[in-house]
Amino acid sequence: MMLLGDIATGLLVSAGVVFFLAGTVGLLRFPDSMTRLHALTKADSLGLGLVVLGLLPQAASVLEALKLVAVWLLTQLAGATVTQLVARAIWRGGGRS
Amino acid sequence: MTPATLYGLCSAVLVGAGLYGMLVNPQPLRKILSLNLLGSGTFLLFGVIARRGAAAGLGGDPVPQAMVITGIVVAFSATALAVALLLRVFQETGRPTLDQPAPKDGG
Amino acid sequence: MSLALLADGALVLLVLGLAFWVNAAASGFAAVVGYVAFGLLLALAWMRLAAGDVALTEAAVGSGATGAVLVAAAMRLRAAADPPPSWPGVSRPSTPNRRSADGRDTPGHDGGGDDLAPPAPYSDSHRDVPGHDEGGKPGLSLRLAALVLSGLVTAGLAGLVLWTAGPAPSLAEAATRHLPGLGMGNAVTGVLIAYRALDTLLEKVVLLLALGGVWSLTRDRVWGGRPFPRAIPAGNGALILLARLLPPIGIVVAVYVLWVGATDPGGAFQGGAILTAMWILVMLAGLRDAPPIGSRRLRLAVAAGPAAFLAVGLAGFVLPTGFLSYPESIAKPLIIAVEAVLTLSIALILGLLVAGPAERPPDPAERLR
Repeated sequence: MMLLGDIATGLLVSAGVVFFLAGTVGLLRFPDSMTRLHALTKADSLGLGLVVLGLLPQAASVLEALKLVAVWLLTQLAGATVTQLVARAIWRGGGRS
Repeated sequence: MTPATLYGLCSAVLVGAGLYGMLVNPQPLRKILSLNLLGSGTFLLFGVIARRGAAAGLGGDPVPQAMVITGIVVAFSATALAVALLLRVFQETGRPTLDQPAPKDGG
Repeated sequence: MSLALLADGALVLLVLGLAFWVNAAASGFAAVVGYVAFGLLLALAWMRLAAGDVALTEAAVGSGATGAVLVAAAMRLRAAADPPPSWPGVSRPSTPNRRSADGRDTPGHDGGGDDLAPPAPYSDSHRDVPGHDEGGKPGLSLRLAALVLSGLVTAGLAGLVLWTAGPAPSLAEAATRHLPGLGMGNAVTGVLIAYRALDTLLEKVVLLLALGGVWSLTRDRVWGGRPFPRAIPAGNGALILLARLLPPIGIVVAVYVLWVGATDPGGAFQGGAILTAMWILVMLAGLRDAPPIGSRRLRLAVAAGPAAFLAVGLAGFVLPTGFLSYPESIAKPLIIAVEAVLTLSIALILGLLVAGPAERPPDPAERLR
């Protein structure tokens, strides 16, 4: 059971890190702000979700697991809002970065 | 090398970088930023010394840690006051700098 | 070399890289953004130094609140230097429009007479704005001298770090010895609220003084009014949704952080900073206006935290224990009560510091309150 949890953690966290890496590459390589934003949010929300999911088997108690999920949900909320605001600012600024 | 030593070297470089930026950058906003770098480096040095004082089942000496918490809040109030001063100077002169305007052409 | 040390090394490189970016970035705004990221990474470094309390404070106050103040300042300086070229339906503003668009006075409208130096012409100020200034840099010899000086300071500190690599003298034993008597498990909170309560009290006074300093930069004409150049209109849907959804959660989290501060990382500063963030969010979304700084109720609330702390401290004289000492039987409830009041007052003062001096004249009704 412990071993199974550890394997799941390894796999899920690695997958999450791959998404973070992809998002970072997109952030650095994409041509304009909108596409960069797209790369960042898509990759980060999925990446963080996978990392949190992978850490759940390591949580010492249910309360700790709930805290991890709360962190993920709050980040989703903040991330979605900030993306909206940044995109709106780009739109109003006439598309310049 | 222990992690504490590594972060100690990091804090030394931070202090140097902050000092250099404060001396060289001409804009007040950048000077405020560099001052904050300098402060962060100093706090980190406190943290390293606290870490080396780990004892009694604690990860570090709580006294320097508590002092750093106080220090961070005081550094914030100093930054807020400095920024307010800068914005007021900007309001009065239209220039975000402390240099004297060359000739008093506006009046 | 262990894997953990490798991760530490990577973190140090990131922190230092961002620090150099803050110094070297072309525009002030970019430098501020770099500084916020720097603060968050530094919080990770604090975790690696086994200082969770400091990590929380660094992330909330050192990076968050400081970042909010600096971002607002950088935006103002940039907006004046470089108005966005293509706002739909708005032509590029001329100089007087630029000033009024920022909520500052158009020349000649100033009734207070405190506008001593009219603004320099636009083209003149443009040169000195972050990102546009090359002429203001000091000469090569001066920069070299600064480099040598900073290098010497760094080398001295690095030498100190390397040559004193042994265990440092520590007060950890002394700090933990009396914690059970206070009913506490977190030594850092114990130091802040009990052993070195005087430091914390004086820190509150520093916050009050800073707030007094910021408020005193208000122009005569708008004295007693509200911060921010103009009432922030109710923003767009996403921000309003966040500002309605997040504060209840944030308040719960802040109370939790305050409560666990007795035994785990957390406490009054961290909880207060979270409350501040919620308040600023509500103000930025335009749901609630900033309070007028002339309001007597506001001023009483600002003074309440340090006053309560001081009252508990002075009560130590009446009880036979002494200034700022807690009778052991009621130490824990007393400490929690002091912390709760401190949290609210810290949240209020931090928020007011972020909001800055008044920039709108007070309503006539508010003058009387």
